[in-house]
Amino acid sequence: MLYTMLIYQAEAVSDSFSPEDQEKALAGHRTLQEETKGNGQFIAANELMPATTATTVSVRAGREDITDGPFAETKELLIGFYIFDCADLDEAIDRAKQIPHCFTGHIEIRPVKYYDATAVDGAAA
Amino acid sequence: MPATPNELGIILRAARTPALATLTRQLRNMDMAEDALQEAMARAVVTWPMRGLPDNPTAWLIHAAKNCAIDILRRRRLETRYLEEQWAEPAAPADPPEDGHLRDDMLRLICTCCHPVLTESSQVALTLKVVAGLSVDEIAKAFLVAPTNMERRITRAKTKLRDAGVPYEVPAPPELADRRRAVLKTVYLIFNEGYKSTAGPDLLRPYLCDHAIRLGRLLARLFRHEPEVSGLLALMLLHHARWRTRAGPDGDVITLDQQDRAEWDRPMIAEGLALVEKSLRRGDPGPYQVQAAIAAVHCRATDFAATDWPEIVRLYGVLERYQPSPVITLNRAVAVAQAEGPAAGLALLETIATTPQMRDYPQFHGARAALLAEIGDVEAARDGFRRAEELAPTDSEKTYFARKSASLPD
Repeated sequence: MLYTMLIYQAEAVSDSFSPEDQEKALAGHRTLQEETKGNGQFIAANELMPATTATTVSVRAGREDITDGPFAETKELLIGFYIFDCADLDEAIDRAKQIPHCFTGHIEIRPVKYYDATAVDGAAA
Repeated sequence: MPATPNELGIILRAARTPALATLTRQLRNMDMAEDALQEAMARAVVTWPMRGLPDNPTAWLIHAAKNCAIDILRRRRLETRYLEEQWAEPAAPADPPEDGHLRDDMLRLICTCCHPVLTESSQVALTLKVVAGLSVDEIAKAFLVAPTNMERRITRAKTKLRDAGVPYEVPAPPELADRRRAVLKTVYLIFNEGYKSTAGPDLLRPYLCDHAIRLGRLLARLFRHEPEVSGLLALMLLHHARWRTRAGPDGDVITLDQQDRAEWDRPMIAEGLALVEKSLRRGDPGPYQVQAAIAAVHCRATDFAATDWPEIVRLYGVLERYQPSPVITLNRAVAVAQAEGPAAGLALLETIATTPQMRDYPQFHGARAALLAEIGDVEAARDGFRRAEELAPTDSEKTYFARKSASLPD
């Protein structure tokens, strides 16, 4: 089963990583990626730019609303995600605990309902 | 378990500024708020590892700091009844301070640190101390002054705010735009101090720039929908992404045409470009956005020759309308020389040659000499590089102009 690991963290927390903290977090991600690429669990990884670069779009009754943000200081926002192919939820939880941001934010595990990566694979080729 | 980031330190640092902002409002005293918060943070370092990190660290710190403030006042044998009455039933730490209130408090804190009663250098020092949370020693080291002098500067700034009766508030709209400009300028001054690194060991450069960028990110979250704020953040990111390539191993200057573009920080550039695009879409341009747009043109070029010089000439022209200054004309002239040839660049330089700012400006004489060399006037070029070398403030710049002079044909 495919599981998406949504990584949430407050932007003020992201800003508070010292260079050493960043290096340790990167090392944690590298280990996780090497392991899951090695055993075939790895499907995708994605790190997002801070939400100051974000744009939110909605259309209601034909009227479009394009705004900046979301902006939040203490609220946790999506900062990235992994998709792993895991045998069961226990395995997925073990992988989530390996994501360094589970110590400074939260990981939300969501089983994937539909997945199509043809365009992404095509672009990467 | 693999190496993990120091989560306690990270969470504590992230909670510090919002807690200080709220405490300063509640205690009506920035010094007391800083002292109380410092004690509360020391308690957190002991308590959190034992009892686990609180759900809302900012609320925990505010609560703990209020108790510390009462202790401090008792120790100082000051009148505490007022404070004790006010906090007879302090909000439980579980009550999370709302994001909106925290944002208002942080805007108050930043606007107070950049109040016009303070000089620019005081605004810079106070912002680094109070908003960025640097120690006096760290700030003193970055600005190459003795810690006691920096301590005095910060104390004087706080006294000035108090004596002037500066209210702890975000100014009303007509004044808010001015204050926002002052806040942006303060952060840009911090960045430039690190970027230009006029003196001192090179390590100071990324350190101050990192802090300025962190402040820029905070401003972009606090002053929402203000394209100049994201313009400044973009500008800093697009410059900082290139800092590693701007100096050789001996600290000698490496100009844009010689930089190793493969060493530029691509993710940082990508974020800067995204911010430039997004802020310009708002159709409310300003000097920071235009400068960021110029940096973006350089970052997009695969090599120096591929730079879109006509676009850079156009953007410097726009910038001159916002900030008429011979320094910007000098930059435009350098771009004109690339776009249209050295003679056109020299002609533009002649229009500013007699201004007081350019007469003793090493970059002016260096740029003019380089163009004179291109049209074959070697003697005038040699004089120009010599003048630039005399005027250059740092050894690395002197070396740079001396080498340029030495590389001229006989």
